[in-house]
Amino acid sequence: MADSVNSTTGDGAEPSPDDRIAAVRDGALAALAALSAAETADGLQEWRNRYIGRSGEVTLLLRSVGSLPPEQRAGFGQGANRLKNELEAAFDQREAEISATTGPVGAIDVSLPGRTPAKGRLHPITQTIREITDAFAAMGFQTFEGPEVELERYNFDAMNIPSDHPAREMFDTFWLDRVDEEGDRSILLRTHTSPMQARIMETHEPPIRVVVPGRCYRYEATDASHDWHFNQVEVMAVDENITFADLKGTLYEFARRVFGPERKVRFRCDFFPFVEPGVDLAIDCFNCDGDPACRICRGSGWLEILGAGMVHPRVLRYSGYDPERYTGFAAGMGVERVAMLKHGIDDIRHFYTNDMRFLSQF
Amino acid sequence: MKVPISWLEEYVPITVPLDDLAHRLTMAGTEVDSIDTTGSYEGVVVGLAKEVSPHPNADRLRLVQVMTGDEMLEVVCGAPNVAAGQKIAFAPIGTVLTDAYTGEERKLRRSKIRGVTSNGMVCSERELGMSDEHEGILVLPEDAPIGTSLNEYLGETVLDLDLTPNRPDCLAVMGVAREVAALTGETATPPPIDYPEDGPDISSLAKVEIEDPDLCRRYTATLIQGVKIGPSPDWLADRLRAIGERPINNVVDVTNYVMFEMGQPLHSFDFDELSEGRVVVRRALPGETLLTLDGETRELTPDNLMIADAGRPIGLGGVIGGTESGITDGTKSVLLEAANFDGSNNRRTANGFDIRTEATLRFEKGLRPELAEYGVRRATKMILELAGGTVASGMIDEWPGRDGAIQPVVLPADAIECLLGVSYEPGVVMTTLESLGMEVVSRDGAYTVTPPYWRPDIAIPEDLIEELARVIGYEMIPTTGITGSVPEWEPSPGRDLRERIKDILSGFGMQETISYSLTTPEAEKRARPPEHGLEPLRVLHPLSAEHATLRTTLRHSILAVLARNARTWRGPLRMFESGRVYLDGGEGVGLPHEPEKFVGVVAGPRSEIAWMSGEPESSDFYDAKGIVESLLAEFGVTAGFVPANETTFEPGRCARVVIPSAGRAEIGVIGEVTSDVLSAFDIETAPVAMFELDVEAISRLPELQTLGQQDYRPFGRFPDSARDLALMIDEGVPAADVLALAERNRLVVSATVFDVYQGDAIPAGKKSLAVRVVYQAADRTLTADELIKAENSILRALEHNFGAELRAR
Repeated sequence: MADSVNSTTGDGAEPSPDDRIAAVRDGALAALAALSAAETADGLQEWRNRYIGRSGEVTLLLRSVGSLPPEQRAGFGQGANRLKNELEAAFDQREAEISATTGPVGAIDVSLPGRTPAKGRLHPITQTIREITDAFAAMGFQTFEGPEVELERYNFDAMNIPSDHPAREMFDTFWLDRVDEEGDRSILLRTHTSPMQARIMETHEPPIRVVVPGRCYRYEATDASHDWHFNQVEVMAVDENITFADLKGTLYEFARRVFGPERKVRFRCDFFPFVEPGVDLAIDCFNCDGDPACRICRGSGWLEILGAGMVHPRVLRYSGYDPERYTGFAAGMGVERVAMLKHGIDDIRHFYTNDMRFLSQF
Repeated sequence: MKVPISWLEEYVPITVPLDDLAHRLTMAGTEVDSIDTTGSYEGVVVGLAKEVSPHPNADRLRLVQVMTGDEMLEVVCGAPNVAAGQKIAFAPIGTVLTDAYTGEERKLRRSKIRGVTSNGMVCSERELGMSDEHEGILVLPEDAPIGTSLNEYLGETVLDLDLTPNRPDCLAVMGVAREVAALTGETATPPPIDYPEDGPDISSLAKVEIEDPDLCRRYTATLIQGVKIGPSPDWLADRLRAIGERPINNVVDVTNYVMFEMGQPLHSFDFDELSEGRVVVRRALPGETLLTLDGETRELTPDNLMIADAGRPIGLGGVIGGTESGITDGTKSVLLEAANFDGSNNRRTANGFDIRTEATLRFEKGLRPELAEYGVRRATKMILELAGGTVASGMIDEWPGRDGAIQPVVLPADAIECLLGVSYEPGVVMTTLESLGMEVVSRDGAYTVTPPYWRPDIAIPEDLIEELARVIGYEMIPTTGITGSVPEWEPSPGRDLRERIKDILSGFGMQETISYSLTTPEAEKRARPPEHGLEPLRVLHPLSAEHATLRTTLRHSILAVLARNARTWRGPLRMFESGRVYLDGGEGVGLPHEPEKFVGVVAGPRSEIAWMSGEPESSDFYDAKGIVESLLAEFGVTAGFVPANETTFEPGRCARVVIPSAGRAEIGVIGEVTSDVLSAFDIETAPVAMFELDVEAISRLPELQTLGQQDYRPFGRFPDSARDLALMIDEGVPAADVLALAERNRLVVSATVFDVYQGDAIPAGKKSLAVRVVYQAADRTLTADELIKAENSILRALEHNFGAELRAR
């Protein structure tokens, strides 16, 4: 192109330098204005290359300064530079105008979905067990686990529930077709995680601060809030000088951590054979406002989430601890209950149906 | 336990609103499940039939002017028994009533009947839902207050209590009254038990012998002669109905009533049916039978305590009576029994015969023998009043263990603060315990407390501390943190590993599932797991046939979950379950082994459908394998995969997962599930890749012992070089062997297959492998010459070992 410029300058009817500048200017501005929005991306770039690019017409004008007589050089150079500045400004303005209507050059559709990394979640029961054990871990409680198939001795006798005791009614039991080592009593599916209280005391010296999550089984009909298969977390602290006030403080703190400060908590007297005094900790119903037809709390407004109390002296003694010296508290809570409260789940049976449409929500 | 408020009020004044009372009882351990109203006559009021006149247009209808207190309304009524001056049940317009003919509920509308507007309805019993009686209207007693709602007038408010097994005293209205008294600062007054004893000396007429005093601590009895059996008065029948009991006759109803009033079970015998007027309390003889009141013939054993007369059994002590000695319409003399039976034995007998009676419900909780006398005297007084007759003077009272008086409990004053973390003033302790009927002596820093006979549950100081805490209120106890030292930390590697694997697998896009651990051998076999030769542990009485044995494998669990979701879930089907299997160690070996397993399935599309890649391909074996490899890599473990055959998996598409660094220890299995297994689960998605891993085996791997403490390995500071080889090789040569051989060269950092090809240009029986080999030295940048030399040496080894030919480099 440099050649063609040179060749035109070599022609006879030579336009004046000012006319040359004016001609380039008119052509450039007309072309710029003519660029429609639809052509922007390529059209603007083309225009820029043609007029103000490295071998564009204005650049060529500037380069041709050397071929002019010395007396014309200053004026022509200034004129060409002004044109360059003017066209660059015009380009910027036009680009801005066009951008305002179509977006920046090279834009992508940011609304298209991204490439999804594989999605997997932990079961809500696993998540809830971790929340509970973590809340207690922060208070110095370690996590232990124990057998689900259990001896009657640990499940009942050690927990101050002798045979023929009416309190056994509270723990409808799945018995298995096997007998224990002595050969006379059936083994069973643990009805609660409490037998681990005895197992831990047998193998550890005080102080004890443990949480024991695990599956439990009760021989009872299934409905929206009961399943024969469920998870519990057992909590136990035994040491010198552990009091009911400590029980309240620890469980309040647990409730605050797991349910948030806005949930109401109620401690009331209750009976469990392995504690004295006994406690029922309830939390206000998430589902209703005292609706008597509420199918979760059945109108009571409260949901029992754990039973607790001061470890019964007979339980301590059974496991070889001196109740004159040591006191402790214990609590047991239903994990499904806690998960239902936290997520507003209205039917316990969802947990073991394993429908992805349920599980993927947690 | 249902407690009608009007009944409760006979023994204690109720001075707080019912809601408040229910709250106090609940907080103190006697949970009020609900406050119910018997009958539901919403909107219906007591009215007065002021005037009754004939209907101008109908012979059988009448016009009744009903006064309801503030207004007079004209009502059309068809009942033949309506008469002026009657108190009637009036339903205004808008009341919901039971239609007398259809039995359906409907809302009462204003209507014209034969030209006269009826402004409501005078109700029959049927319309009120009280009975089927609809021939005439319900006529109320004359003193029924006009304008009062019928609910208030006829209905009974009943507390429905959810009792704990330690409180047999609250299985009696009197016991609940004592609880109410303690919680509201009132005094409970027991019902009167005095009556004239005008008959001959009872000891000249009847005799009781207790042969087994271990099972019967006390037996009291009275004799009422000349009774007239008949229906109970309305008030008594209504009360029994209000608590869900069916009235029978005046004598039987009294024994029932007093049991619910005082908590002492009673039994009445037709005295004339008792041979020689004798009652013998003894263990049954082997083979003895008894026809019980429920019509069943029971075969007894010496474990059953029997009530007999001189010759034959007449009752199962404290469980159920026999028919032959029961009260009939013709009964003239009643021997009334109130005994104290051993709780455990009573419960065993009742459970053995599958009879749950109200008597057992009380005896099994261990009643005090003192209660028997109060019960028998109260019932005697009521029978005398309701059935007439004469009471024989004196009372039979066999009490062989009489010296076993109620033992006081010594409560050291400082034990209260020690257990509760709060102390109470001595005066508060004394009045609180006394409000519960306890006798308290305070001396030398301790309270000596004698509990009342109705509280058999009070036996140790902690019981008294609970009484104090619950009556004063749990909310009054402060909340503090544990102050002692934190126990020594103990590692729990198995649990930590299991939880870490769960995190890793979910991070790899797998959803955790949890299935029931009870199943059936048939369900397990559907997944065709390897035979383990162990009998599953069986539940003696399964709740349902599908949940009868403890699982010995997780394979069927995860396939069932896959089956459930395959039709409804459009995305990748990637799930895992972590759980225990239960392996019997054999008879007499103790508890079963409960090893932790992981099982996972990978099926369906490899990824979500996406605009950049279109319809995703199906997942396969290698997706599952990649998950297992990457999982193990997280622990620094490199796995080997050895072709294997297992019935769950397609032949040739299954491998055992072995760990070369641990002596080729096997930690699991992986494969594509056979189409037979898939169709057994009704799974149409294919292929389905599955893996099963043994957490215990993984935990024993050497890499796991140093997890978190493995030594740092310096990485190469000099640049590496990658070179690709295309090899032709027998198709049976495992790619892993080729790579392993290449990696044996000391300059090779890694070798990876990036293409496998069979087809055009490759002879049958051969395959083409494209392998990228990365070379690096620790101390220099490798020259081109060194690279070629290394590559040639690898090629020679491959040719020598596998007959590999170079196609391109």
